[in-house]
Amino acid sequence: MVTLVSRAGIWLVLLLLSIMASVAAHDTAFAIQAATVAVACLVGLIFAIRSPDYQRVSRGLAAPTGDASKYDDDVIRWGVIATVFWGVAGFLVGVVIAFQLAYPQINLEPWFNFGRMRPLHTSAVIFAFGGNALIATSFYVVQRTCRARLAFPGLARFVFWGYQLFIVLAATGYLLGVTQAKEYAEPEWYVDLWLTVVWVSYLVVYGGTIMKRSEPHIYVANWFYLSFIITVAMLHLVNNLAVPVSFLGSQSISWFAGVQGALVQWWYGHNAVGFFLTAGFLGMMYYFVPKQAQRPVYSYRLSIIHFWALIFLYIWAGPHHLHYTALPDWAQTLGMVFSVMLWMPSWGGMINGLMTLNGAWDKLRTDPVLRMFVMSLAFYGMSTFEGPMMSVKSVNSLSHYTNWTIGHVHSGALGWNGMVTFGAIYYLTPRLWNRTQLYSLRMVNWHFWTATIGIVFYAASMWVAGITQGLMWREYGADGYLLNSFADVLPAIHPMYVLRGLGGVLYLSGAAFMVINVWKTIAGSPLRAEAPLYNIDQNKANDVPLVAQPAE
Amino acid sequence: MNQTETYQALRQFADSWGLLAMTISFVVLCAWPFRPGGRKNSDEAATMIFEEDDHVRT
Repeated sequence: MVTLVSRAGIWLVLLLLSIMASVAAHDTAFAIQAATVAVACLVGLIFAIRSPDYQRVSRGLAAPTGDASKYDDDVIRWGVIATVFWGVAGFLVGVVIAFQLAYPQINLEPWFNFGRMRPLHTSAVIFAFGGNALIATSFYVVQRTCRARLAFPGLARFVFWGYQLFIVLAATGYLLGVTQAKEYAEPEWYVDLWLTVVWVSYLVVYGGTIMKRSEPHIYVANWFYLSFIITVAMLHLVNNLAVPVSFLGSQSISWFAGVQGALVQWWYGHNAVGFFLTAGFLGMMYYFVPKQAQRPVYSYRLSIIHFWALIFLYIWAGPHHLHYTALPDWAQTLGMVFSVMLWMPSWGGMINGLMTLNGAWDKLRTDPVLRMFVMSLAFYGMSTFEGPMMSVKSVNSLSHYTNWTIGHVHSGALGWNGMVTFGAIYYLTPRLWNRTQLYSLRMVNWHFWTATIGIVFYAASMWVAGITQGLMWREYGADGYLLNSFADVLPAIHPMYVLRGLGGVLYLSGAAFMVINVWKTIAGSPLRAEAPLYNIDQNKANDVPLVAQPAE
Repeated sequence: MNQTETYQALRQFADSWGLLAMTISFVVLCAWPFRPGGRKNSDEAATMIFEEDDHVRT
């Protein structure tokens, strides 16, 4: 009873505080954001009052605790649904902005122009889709590999809902024009502070679960996940150091200025790629690929080298985003050299993942989920080859500021991050909702092909567009003047923009198959009538934490 | 110490003892799984995720 009242009281205080912040706000955007928080507090208050079992409360009994003989999978189930939801939202916004570039009339001033929609797209796919996938899979993997339930289940729920609030505040903020203008770190100071609280809680839950593990060895996937959580915390704190203009306003001034600011930003930006989109997703890869292939990873020792090489090398690669700028030349060269060295651990990891199938390649013919994972590893290899190449100064002088960069990012994001996440979702959904298999394995295959062909359209059109731009920008006439203005280049690449949009539509339609498939699996509808494909038998009786038995 | 001296001191540390410490720790960490008996530990670690799948042959 006491906890019920105090919980409701905390929600009420937060609700009143956010309403007061909204009323006293210095600008409209901050007022709307504070009102959004107030709505979230109201929802929290309603659930705090409605959800308890009053029958038990009236008899003075404590709320029932979770079943200690089962893994704590609630948050993971929510995470899978959130991943699918934000994925579709992010891909949809991506398709819209792709066509905004091809047909500028679609820019709807002021809230839905490209400048505001673009961070909405990048944050939705990286932090909402990717972030939810990482939180959900990390909680799944850490419990299974440690044979222990999540430490601090209440805090784990806070991490999930707190992270969704972060996403909503960031996304609505962009449309309102709230940004600190740092790529992939656009949210303003108050959203940054909130994310810090959520992220530290995430670290506590994850680290706490590892501390109470029943397995002596910490499986390598957890090393990658843990490095992702710790490094992202460090990057986030340093890059977002800023002084708010006012405590009830949506503006701040960055701690860093000039070239130092640029370096800190790209130290953050590239390591967001390196630790959010690479290390975290490698954690996924090192668990789900062996599980789906039903074979141990090709070389566990190679995976350890992969880990340490990634950790030691990645952190220095950021300056390659600042070639031919005011950044000192030695720093540019350092970034380039470390980027080229990164090729080795990346390909070591790709080979390690692919060779896990050594002797079982025939499974690719019958297992569409495994096909997702293998295509994802292939794109990991391709984009980690392309990246070091583009970081070489002479290549960069052609590729930088062109669509080649966009193509490179998307072969990594759609190919590597997207496909490995789809594979993990298809692996997790039947297990989390206690089904023998997915609604339709054929539909996974359709998703696989639409997504793959979509990426090919995307990457190929952006290569052509990027190289066209690069060559036209540097073209001189006999009199020594540049031949083409910026506007001259746009008609030349317009067809490529349209093709890229088509690739995006294909990728989005693949995600639509996933929505149907996951929806029907969760709803428990009868399996789709189709020729069967390979499905892994589950051994549910053994999918439980090790519980300490009292001595006889 | 003024800013230039601080920069010089940090920089000298970074390209001497700092670099050496990083290199040694990197080499040791990479070599660690290859110590005698490391193969057995690694194989056990690689197959432990299948303990709940008794139908998987490794």
